[in-house]
Amino acid sequence: MQPVIEQMRADIRFQEGLTACMNCGVCTAICPAAGYYDYDPRKICQLVQTGDEDILTELLSGEEIWMCGQCLSCKTRCPRNNTPGYIIQVIRKISQQTGLFVNSRLGRQQLLIKRKIGHSILETGYCVHPKLVNPEEHPEQGPVWNWVYENGESLFPQLGSNYYKPGEGGVRLIDETSLDELRNIFEETGAVKLFEQIEKASASKAKELNLSFSADADNEYMKFIQE
Amino acid sequence: MQTWKDYQKQVPDNHFFYVRSCIRQSFFPGAEVAFLRIMQEYLKKDVFEDKRHTTCTGIGYHSDIIPLETIMTVVARQLALMTEAGYKNLLVSCVTSFGIYLEILDMWHHFPDKLAQTREALWRATRREFEVPQVVVHASDAIYHFRDELFNMAQYSLVNQETGQPLNGVEHVGCHYAKIFPQKGFGGAEFPTVLTGIIESWGGRVVDYPERRHCCGFGFRHYLVQANRGYSVSNSKVKFESMAPYNPDFILTNCPGCNMFLDRWQYTLSEINGVTYDRDGRGIPVLTFEEAAGLVLGFDPWVLGLQMHQVGVESLLDKMGVRYSAKTKYYLGNKNEVKPEKPSVLMV
Repeated sequence: MQPVIEQMRADIRFQEGLTACMNCGVCTAICPAAGYYDYDPRKICQLVQTGDEDILTELLSGEEIWMCGQCLSCKTRCPRNNTPGYIIQVIRKISQQTGLFVNSRLGRQQLLIKRKIGHSILETGYCVHPKLVNPEEHPEQGPVWNWVYENGESLFPQLGSNYYKPGEGGVRLIDETSLDELRNIFEETGAVKLFEQIEKASASKAKELNLSFSADADNEYMKFIQE
Repeated sequence: MQTWKDYQKQVPDNHFFYVRSCIRQSFFPGAEVAFLRIMQEYLKKDVFEDKRHTTCTGIGYHSDIIPLETIMTVVARQLALMTEAGYKNLLVSCVTSFGIYLEILDMWHHFPDKLAQTREALWRATRREFEVPQVVVHASDAIYHFRDELFNMAQYSLVNQETGQPLNGVEHVGCHYAKIFPQKGFGGAEFPTVLTGIIESWGGRVVDYPERRHCCGFGFRHYLVQANRGYSVSNSKVKFESMAPYNPDFILTNCPGCNMFLDRWQYTLSEINGVTYDRDGRGIPVLTFEEAAGLVLGFDPWVLGLQMHQVGVESLLDKMGVRYSAKTKYYLGNKNEVKPEKPSVLMV
């Protein structure tokens, strides 16, 4: 396997995201994640610039890389035109490809996202759609959303939405030919492979922890990673 | 010397290919309907939507389950549909998607090999071909561009009808509108004018609160995973506490995700902490730019879908003098009327 730094350099986002960081810390000052987590994009840039294989492998296994919220405020402010948010994208990709993401609590959550958003895209053509936002999993949405969720069949069409029906408009049922094209793109460009890597590494971790694991949500590992 | 404050982007006057937002059509379906109606019926513009277009996969991309090559090719498919329909101006409903399109076009410009690889991948997967758009316009850019024309057709303004004073609006422009590519948004990242221009042109007053540019807290993976949502609500709290001293009459948003969070987190924070960020315990109404345009043009608030907001909008409607029926707010056609439960703190 290539050294981690070489894998990073092969990604155009790394080439665009890290040119010459002088560690001024403006990115950390503006970063919403740094205000919430013990997270420091300045430190991430510093560690990446060492190019040290051990340091980078530790980074791929750690919690910190999953704390960035991808707002990309750092891109606006860096006086050297670096983008720590892009570097994070590259590190996260490699962490998933190498399976190291399962060594951190936040990293293990990728399985949840893959099964929720990834499956939604392939099954419906949407990242998010109304029926995906189940009030039981989204108490923060409040009672109006409960009402919307329960009465969507009546409410959405009143507002001009197609609501899971074939044809044009919002929340329309996307035709099978278009979904097949989407699935072909996922197969052709590596998304299906990434999905498999996430599943495989998660299954291995479940085995290591002696937790049950299955394709549905009703297993010990899924409950474990939701905590 | 031109400064960011004066920066203006070019918006074509006509002929747009529209791509929807997953979040906007799920949470604010009336906003997209109103936007198309405003563009097509009020402004008489040619706006075309191909029903075969899909998500851009941006939420998956920014939560790291979608590879760069995949999102590039999905975007290429949308552009292929645009090319097949004969359009060159891409009109985008979603701020996340807007950032995605700009970012990918920028990468293709810097790395032409990547563009060639994407063309090949799209051909192998779909047998489609595409041209890059001449212009990428966010839907709010279009409303900003035509704001004066729209105000000439207005039935209401952002003025308190009792006092005659401008209503106080705070705006939240959304990180991916101009933080990634400042030159692609009105006013850039430092002095975004896309929403302030709309507010001021329609009679309102803009309050420049300290945390105006702070993220709403979506954080992609941080909202998607229930255990991480403290990140999201905490960042919105920073904004509410910053804007509350100015007693805003409304919040105007650009991004559908931000609109949802700034609405819903007021409810959540009221349940957690027992506080609201207005003086009357009703919360600060949050509007998308399409909803604001619809109200000013005289659309029925419940046809606009404002009943889907958790924070009631009636305080704003009353100040604007908008006529509405309180009785029909939760009307559901032939079904017996079922109202949402009342929150324990937030007054509705």
